[in-house]
Amino acid sequence: MISVRVQPEDFDVGAELAALEGQGGGAVASFTGIVRADDGVEAMTLEHYPGMTEKALTALANEAKVRWPLCGVTLLHRVGALRAGDRIVFVGTASDHRAAALEACAFLIDRLKTDAPFWKKEHRSNGDSWVEARATDDAAARSWEKGKAL
Amino acid sequence: MALDILYFAWVRERVGVGAERIDLPAGIATPLDLALWLAARGGGYAEAFGDPSRLRCALDQDIVPLTADLANAAEIAFFPPVTGG
Repeated sequence: MISVRVQPEDFDVGAELAALEGQGGGAVASFTGIVRADDGVEAMTLEHYPGMTEKALTALANEAKVRWPLCGVTLLHRVGALRAGDRIVFVGTASDHRAAALEACAFLIDRLKTDAPFWKKEHRSNGDSWVEARATDDAAARSWEKGKAL
Repeated sequence: MALDILYFAWVRERVGVGAERIDLPAGIATPLDLALWLAARGGGYAEAFGDPSRLRCALDQDIVPLTADLANAAEIAFFPPVTGG
């Protein structure tokens, strides 16, 4: 099962995990990203590239399935207006064993940050600003090129 | 040849539109050539494309270097480095 969704609506983490638990594996791992209230951030707007976003996320899910023996991958990203404390992204993996599920989950969130066309604009009481990409995120994504997989 | 150009995030804001269609001028072989040609329009285009090192691009929805061959692409997108997740 590969499930890729880009949507403005919130999602139900319990329902997403239950779907992965139903794939017949013995291990499910997940990552949920939450909008932080860093430096007075009250809200943010998520822009994306419709069409390419779904294509890039599906390609990442397929790459993970080649590298690890996965029976389920869920990639879910919200777009539009979000407030501090809101869920923004969910990555879930299912496999027979924990190592594959955990590693694939880490791989997917690291690479999603550098490969998928999303842009965050932060809103503060004193103005709006586009988030700058971080070199540490590039380094985390590149670390998966060095044969960290099973 | 007709080419759809898409702009995202602050590139879109500076240019003032999200998309436009152009007839590709002769001599434009790469996204970098196109970025410099767009910058020469001045105004918001100069602000968006004045420093191409800050830009990333996708050809037909695949991320490529600014020095890639435009070849027969139907759609090109210019945007800042991505910040999802």
